[in-house]
Amino acid sequence: MSSQAWINLAYLTASMLFIVAFKQMSGPRTAVRGNLLGATGMAIAILAACFEQPVTASITEYGIWPLFMLIVFAAIGGGIGATMAIRWPMTGMPQMVALLNGFGGAASMLVAAAELTSTRAVSRFEESARQASAAASLEPWTQFAIAIGLACFIGSVTLTGSLVAFGKLQELPQFKKPWNNPNRQWINLALAVTALLLLWGVFGTSQLLFFLLLVLVAAALGVTLTLPIGGADMPVVICLLNSYSGLAAAAAGFVIDNSVLVIAGSLVGASGLILTAIMCKAMNRSLVGVLFGGLGTTSTVDADEVYAGKIKSAETEELAMILEQADRVVIVPGYGLAVAQAQHAVRELADVLEARGTSVEYAIHPVAGRMPGHMNVLLAEADIPYEQLREMDDINPSFPETDVAIVIGANDVVNPAARNDPDSPIAGMPILDVDKAQTVIVIKRSLSPGFAGIPNPLFAADNTLMYFADGKKALIELTAAVTRD
Amino acid sequence: MNIILLANALPLFAATPTPTEDPASTFIRLLTVFLLAMWVGFEVITKVPQRLHTPLTSGSNAISGVTVVGALVVAGSLTTGFGTLFGLLAILLAMINVAGGFVVTHRMLAMFNPKKK
Repeated sequence: MSSQAWINLAYLTASMLFIVAFKQMSGPRTAVRGNLLGATGMAIAILAACFEQPVTASITEYGIWPLFMLIVFAAIGGGIGATMAIRWPMTGMPQMVALLNGFGGAASMLVAAAELTSTRAVSRFEESARQASAAASLEPWTQFAIAIGLACFIGSVTLTGSLVAFGKLQELPQFKKPWNNPNRQWINLALAVTALLLLWGVFGTSQLLFFLLLVLVAAALGVTLTLPIGGADMPVVICLLNSYSGLAAAAAGFVIDNSVLVIAGSLVGASGLILTAIMCKAMNRSLVGVLFGGLGTTSTVDADEVYAGKIKSAETEELAMILEQADRVVIVPGYGLAVAQAQHAVRELADVLEARGTSVEYAIHPVAGRMPGHMNVLLAEADIPYEQLREMDDINPSFPETDVAIVIGANDVVNPAARNDPDSPIAGMPILDVDKAQTVIVIKRSLSPGFAGIPNPLFAADNTLMYFADGKKALIELTAAVTRD
Repeated sequence: MNIILLANALPLFAATPTPTEDPASTFIRLLTVFLLAMWVGFEVITKVPQRLHTPLTSGSNAISGVTVVGALVVAGSLTTGFGTLFGLLAILLAMINVAGGFVVTHRMLAMFNPKKK
């Protein structure tokens, strides 16, 4: 068997391991093994790559230095990545994923760039069959030209889109103000058309000039597409960028004719697309609506009208008494929980209640937080058993039998207007039916609206008590009050 | 701009192509792999429960760093200054992606399975 055949066999093994890794993501216990198998697959693929003909050829010519250089760069990158992963706080997971997506996209773009410059250069030498065929691949409308164009386009959009998403999630001051340029659809359209023309140019000529312009235009497009998207729509953006980073890797695989890149890239592409669809469905919005529409924030409902004279705010002692009499409590966390870093405080309150014989469960809306499954990770960090975390469709029928629902840092996902008011901007969005519980306690700093910018009739409902405070402080005080009695 | 000038200045040698597989066949072969893998991806990933969506995102993120394989090949061929430079940069970024993704996923999943005390 030729050495190339062994390398391909290693790639095949890696690809199979990636598929098994995804398969084992279906349960929390098998997922640990799945992740390790994925990492093993990656290690095998990386090792195999070091035996590829271009690498061995340069080792034969220049000695061990080229390999050493590759290892040094890989080790630095791996070190940075691992350090980030260990130090990064769990509450900031969406930002980290956004950043890593961007790096992945950029790497795929650079692979295409490197291959294009190398191919253009090797045609000077005409040394080996590979180089001769590489020169031939510069012909217009070959797979090579098309894949290079796509890898660079997708990679560049992923890079800048992810950096903007990171900036917004990290709440950097530069990204605080939403970009509401009334002409932004036209700017996007102009950039998209230019990008398509440049893609056509790259496909047809493989000219480096077109390639560079395409990278720049795609980078601008990544920025203008992501800038207007904010807050609660972030989960969709994260999923979509994840999908792009996979598709960029697959395109890079087409460039260098490498099956493991194509397989792994398309798996990730599929994963991102599925999550995107799930997130859109959970908000009852179309992907096009999320990407281009923005949310109609000009609400017809006046906040004063909804809230005037109907808001009942309660003191700690009163709430503690209600909690003590409850048999069943459901906690509804939202992004505010992550902001207040209150996951451990929630756990402590739940522990105290459970010690008194109260059953405590958590209702998780699919888009609560800033990335898919964000709340599950936060609550898992506080050692809350995942059996207590219930998905929306599963827990909704049980709200009428719930004595107390505690809403912490969630707003739009518990807004009954989505169910009752057909004119509401969030009409039709599936929500958690907390308003059907006997008593609803809403822990919130103020009556400020959520991402949708609309008032929430839940806050004014007869069975709702508002507890105006910082989420973490409120929970600690409640826990103390329940313990005292 | 230097990059453009340099690359355009390079004379294109009219080498006789010696392909082992015609370009269209290569494309169709890779497209087959791409579509089948997409299909497998859709089938497998729809079964992942909502509570594991964050580890799924970060884990798949790590796998998208597979582009490091391509980076190693292009950087290792040492053909041009720019090609190698891009390749090395790609290795660096892709490895941050790979290591960061797998380690953070592991850290997260460890939280989902607290050790029995």
